[in-house]
Amino acid sequence: MQARLRELIVEENAEALVSAEGLTKTFNGFKAVDDISFVVRKGECFGLLGPNGAGKTTTVRMVYGFSPVSSGKLTIFGMDALQQRREVKDRIGVCQQENNLDPDLTALKNLEVFGRYFNMNAALRRQRARELLKFIKLESKADSKIPELSGGMMRRLLIARALINDPHLIILDEPTTGLDPQSRRATWELLTQLKGEGKGILLTTHYMEEAAQLCDRLVIMDHGRILIEGKPARLIEEIIGSHVLEVVEASDEILQVAERKSCSVEKVMGRTIFYGPQVRELFGEIGPRCQEGCSLRMATLEDVFLKLTGRELRE
Amino acid sequence: MTPFPDRLSWRWVRVWQRNWTVYITSLPVRFLTPILEPILYIVAFGLGLGTFVDSIPYRGEQLSYVTFIAPGLIAITIMFNAFFENTYASFVRMYYQKTFDAMLATPLVIEEVITAEIAWGATLAFIASALVMAVVSAFGLLVYPCSFWILPVAALGGIAFGAVGMSITALMPNIDLFNVPIFLFITPMFLFSGTFFPLVTLPVWAQKFALLFPLTHVTIIVRALGRNRWVPEQWWSVGYLAVFAAFFYVLALILMRRRLIK
Repeated sequence: MQARLRELIVEENAEALVSAEGLTKTFNGFKAVDDISFVVRKGECFGLLGPNGAGKTTTVRMVYGFSPVSSGKLTIFGMDALQQRREVKDRIGVCQQENNLDPDLTALKNLEVFGRYFNMNAALRRQRARELLKFIKLESKADSKIPELSGGMMRRLLIARALINDPHLIILDEPTTGLDPQSRRATWELLTQLKGEGKGILLTTHYMEEAAQLCDRLVIMDHGRILIEGKPARLIEEIIGSHVLEVVEASDEILQVAERKSCSVEKVMGRTIFYGPQVRELFGEIGPRCQEGCSLRMATLEDVFLKLTGRELRE
Repeated sequence: MTPFPDRLSWRWVRVWQRNWTVYITSLPVRFLTPILEPILYIVAFGLGLGTFVDSIPYRGEQLSYVTFIAPGLIAITIMFNAFFENTYASFVRMYYQKTFDAMLATPLVIEEVITAEIAWGATLAFIASALVMAVVSAFGLLVYPCSFWILPVAALGGIAFGAVGMSITALMPNIDLFNVPIFLFITPMFLFSGTFFPLVTLPVWAQKFALLFPLTHVTIIVRALGRNRWVPEQWWSVGYLAVFAAFFYVLALILMRRRLIK
């Protein structure tokens, strides 16, 4: 209880980098983002989690000033982000979803030219670019053209480019989509280091493990709205519990036992998922009878999403 | 709506510099076309077609055919360089490379990006015109020092053709469709703007129609400067070009904002 209280106080006291209130985005009458509110604090990684089309990208685009806000209030670094666009953008680093590195330039030049957009002087740009290439372990590729780099290298270079202006807030839109597992881990490592440096990170993803690994706090979004907000581990614990039981073909008998143990049931794609405080006991009772078709596993964010929406997150 | 000063600052130069950085890495190759093309034209039209053409009267002097078309070559160089840069090349940067999207995540705004792109098209028109001028001057086809005034005209014409190109780019759903505006706009201008033959040979209605073409006015100005035959009425041509450039520049900004900012 004491620890929880202290945690809350720290949370409330950390400087708010982004504070969105009633943020809404309408495209021709369609509400892509519908009245959402959240706060991103200094030194934390805040995640927007949700399936494709949930409104994650639209939300971050409003935050980094690419898309005009339809309605709502957006305060970034204590400034009104809708009025002081340039000052705000000057201190944000953005890693967009698609690879938009400049294929006409080398890796090093990509960073230097980008620094110019922030009005950085030549010496500073060069120094920063070299440091960042070192940070992402691509010094040896400084003079390589972009098409010569692998997907993972390009992604790391995109992150380095987002850091050229030494931003206070880094926004990453699905930073690991389409990467192989090694590159994904390397990206996570970079982001963890940045978090350690006290930068704020705003991240969108549709990968559960990614959100669980990186995010201190997150919201789950669907249909432009926030379904729930919290710390990943606590969300799982509070909504699902520690474990879930997954059964491939649940017989009526199993369903009856589950009901007796007052376990919740969710059916998805031919599988039945049971959760609740007594799910271990349920497994103990029915486990021996269904052999391979049953598995007791740790609960994940995906289960949280499934319970909240009744459908699978990845689609 | 953001107030205008916030939508256009000198930061656009940063985008121009990006294009310059790319340009200088491929320099020798980029010089080939503006140097070799006028030589081909001079050989084909001067030695080939020119032998069938006596001479062409122009403001009190008789010009050989090749002398007559030399200013036309400069004028079409201005048009092609600016127009193609702000159509195909800008479209590739916008649509395939997503370079504009990346820029818009920095303090740059769309108006600055587009201004820089048009300024870049005009820069290429300027550089190419200077090279073509050097080549045709080597054949003794331009009169100096008044021909130096062609350079600022190349910049103004470059903005005019670049701004039209950029407006078209803002409307193009895909890169193949550029063939249509090229056929409707560039080809007729290329042929009927007084570049390769005097407009007086055309019916009166066609002469009047040709005056709508910006290339007609560029040709009028460049020929007068190249032969040192400037007359005050030509300020109308300069004015027409300036208004044309301003109109399409503003149109390009509006259309590009509508296309890219969502």
